[in-house]
Amino acid sequence: MGQLSHRSRPEARAALLFAFPALFTLAVFFFLPVLAAFVMSLSDFDVYSLADFRRARFVLFGNYARLFHDPLFWKATLNTLYFVAVAGPVTILLALACSLLLNSERLRGAQFFRLAVFLPVVTNMVAVAIVWRYLYHPHFGLINYGLRILGLQPVDWLGDPRLAMPAIIVLAVWKNFGYHTLIFLAGLQTIPEDLYHAARIDGASWLQQQIHVTLPQLSRTVGFVALLTAIGYLQLFAEPYVMTQGGPLNATLSLVLYLYQQGFRWWRMGYSASIAFVLFALMLVAGSAQFLLRRAERL
Amino acid sequence: MRYLCGLLLAGAGLLACHPAAAPRRSLTFWAMGVEGEEVRTLVPEFEQRYPGTRVIVQSIPWSAAHEKLLTAFAGGALPDVAQLGNTWLPEFQAIGALLPLDQLIASSGTIRADTYFPGIWETNRMGDRIYGIPWYVDTRVLFYRIDLFRQAGISHPPSTWEEWLETCERVRQARPGTYPVFFPLIYTEWQVPLLFVLQNNGILLADGNARGALDDPRTVEALRHYLRFFERGHAPTRMTEFANLLQAFASGNIAMMITGPWNVGELRRRYPALESQWTTTPLPGHKNRLSVAGGSSLVIFSTCSNHELAWKWIEFLSEPASQFRFFQLTGDLPPRKDSWQLGIREDPKMTAFYEQLSAVASMPKIAEWEQVAVKIQEHLEAVVLGRRTLEEAIPLLNRDLDAILEKRRWLLTKGLLAE
Repeated sequence: MGQLSHRSRPEARAALLFAFPALFTLAVFFFLPVLAAFVMSLSDFDVYSLADFRRARFVLFGNYARLFHDPLFWKATLNTLYFVAVAGPVTILLALACSLLLNSERLRGAQFFRLAVFLPVVTNMVAVAIVWRYLYHPHFGLINYGLRILGLQPVDWLGDPRLAMPAIIVLAVWKNFGYHTLIFLAGLQTIPEDLYHAARIDGASWLQQQIHVTLPQLSRTVGFVALLTAIGYLQLFAEPYVMTQGGPLNATLSLVLYLYQQGFRWWRMGYSASIAFVLFALMLVAGSAQFLLRRAERL
Repeated sequence: MRYLCGLLLAGAGLLACHPAAAPRRSLTFWAMGVEGEEVRTLVPEFEQRYPGTRVIVQSIPWSAAHEKLLTAFAGGALPDVAQLGNTWLPEFQAIGALLPLDQLIASSGTIRADTYFPGIWETNRMGDRIYGIPWYVDTRVLFYRIDLFRQAGISHPPSTWEEWLETCERVRQARPGTYPVFFPLIYTEWQVPLLFVLQNNGILLADGNARGALDDPRTVEALRHYLRFFERGHAPTRMTEFANLLQAFASGNIAMMITGPWNVGELRRRYPALESQWTTTPLPGHKNRLSVAGGSSLVIFSTCSNHELAWKWIEFLSEPASQFRFFQLTGDLPPRKDSWQLGIREDPKMTAFYEQLSAVASMPKIAEWEQVAVKIQEHLEAVVLGRRTLEEAIPLLNRDLDAILEKRRWLLTKGLLAE
C-alpha cells in the first residue's frame, strides 16, 4: 500500500482498474455471501421463515450457544478432529515415502507407478464408494477374506461404531495421498543434485542424505502439504456421505455432514450457518498454528 | 462477421419465442423418480382429450426433490402441479405453498372422498381443509417365506404381537444361523418401531404436536415389545450384512420383512423362481392392526395461474382407468378402491395391501415430522446396540424432540402458525 501511494496517480488508477474485475467478482461472489451467511448464523432462519420473515427471529449468538449444548455437534467435532489427527499425518508420511520411492533412479516403470498412485485421486468418489463397500463387506469382502486366511475373525468394518471411522480413514488416505505425492515429487525435483553429491563426498549414507538434505530442502513443501491436508480433511464429507451416511451411531458424522443435514435436509439455515463459522474458525486455527510454527522455526 | 452474428442471434430469438407464441395452454408438472419417468406415457391421452393443452413433465430424482421444491418456492419458480410425498404436505402447507382443494373437490364429477381409502385421504387434511389428492399409496405389510414357515411347522402367518414372537422362536429353532425377521436400523427407515406405537394406541408428541411425549406408557410398552425382537436375537443388529435385503430374503437368511408394495415387483423381477415360496399378509397387531399411511399426493401450488387446467390434469390422473394404467407402468398402488377392481385385487400378493389400506393412520402432520422420525430412530438404534437402556433413552429423546419443536412452539404462541 505504501508503495502504491508513492507512484503517480494515473498509474494507481490503472492498477485499480485492472484489479477491479477480480475484486468485484470476489466481493459479489465471496465476501457478500460470507457476510450474508454470518448474518444468517445470528438468526433462526428456517423453512418457516422462507415464506414469512416474521417467522424468523434474530437470536444473536443463540445458535452458537445451542451448538455448545448440542451433543451431536460435539460428536461431529470430535469425529472430525479424530479424522484429521489420524488421516492427516498418515497421508503426509505415506505421500512422502511414496514420492521418495518414485523419485528414485533405480525404480523401473516410474511412469506406471505415478499413474497408479494418482488414479484414486481422479476416480469418482461414488464409484470408489461402491467398490470399497464391497471390500468392507462383512461376508463377501476381500479384506475379511484375507483375515480369514490369516485365521482371524471377520470384522464388520462399516457396521461397528468403533471401526467405522478407521475404515473411512483408510479409504480417505488411499483416495488422497496420490495428490500429495505429486506435490512432493515436484518439490523433490527442485532439490539441486549438487547437495546430494556433496553429502556423498562427506560419506553420508542414503538415510543420512534424506534426513539432512531432502527433509530440510522439502520443509516448505511439507508445510504447504500439511496446511492443504488440514484444510481439506477438516471438510470431510463425501466419504462418510456415500459410505455410511454418518452412521453407525453417528460414529462417522463429520462437521460438514452435520452442517449439510441441518441446512439442506432439515432446512435449518441459521443453525447450519453457525456450524459453518465454527468450522471456519477451526481452519483459521489450523492455518495460524502452521504459520506461527514456521515463524518460530525461522527465528 | 457482425452481420452474421446478428442474424444468428435473431434466429435464436425466434426459436426461443416459438413455444410461447403458439396459442396453447400449458401446464408444468413435477414428479419424482419412477413416477416422473412413467407419467409421460399418460400425457398424450390428456392432450388429445383437451386439444390445445400441453403438459410439460419434469422428473426430479427423489434425493434432490425436497431441496429443489423449497428452492423453487424461495425463487418463485414452482410448477403448477406436483407430486408430493404425503409426509411433506404439512411442511409445504405451513409455508403457504399449497392451494386448498375443497371447492374444486365439491364440484368435481371424478374425485369423491368416499371412493378413496379413508386413512389415505385423511393424510391430505390439514385443519379443516384438503390440500392434496392421493395419487398412489404405500403402506407396509409383512412379507414372509411360506417354505421356511412350513419347515418350522407353522401353518399360518402371525396375527398378534405374541404370535409373532412365537413364530420367530420356531423359525429360529428350525433354521439356526438365520434371522426370522428383519427390521431396518437405518435412520431414514423409521416406520417399524412407530408401527408398534401406532398399534398400541401410543402417542409420540403432545401439546399440539409441539413436545416430545415418548414417555407415554403405551408408547414405552410398544417400544419394549419392538426391542424384544432384537434382544432375543430374532432380528439382526448388523445392517451392513443386509445391504441387499431382497437377496437375504431370497436366500432364506431372513424369513420375514416389513416392507412396501414396490418390493412385490422387485422380488418377482429378480427371483421369478421363488414366486410360490413367499407371500404377503397384513401386519400382526395388538390393540389394533394399523399400518402407516404413505404414498404421494398431487397438489396445486398457490402460485398456479390456471387452476382449471391444473385440476383437469389431477382429475385425469385420478380416473380409475388412468390409475390402473399407472399401476401397470410403475407397480404403484392406486388410492381409489374402485381402481383396484380393474384387476389388482385378484393378485394374491396384493390382497394383503388392500386389506391393510383399510387400516392405516397418518403420522403427526407437522413440518418437522421427518426430523422427529429420524431422531426417534437414531435413539432407538443406540438402545438396540446396547449403548443405553430404553429408560435412559426416553428422557434424552424427549429433550431432543423438544429442541426440534422449539420453533413450532414459538410460532404457535405467537399465532403465526395454525395448529
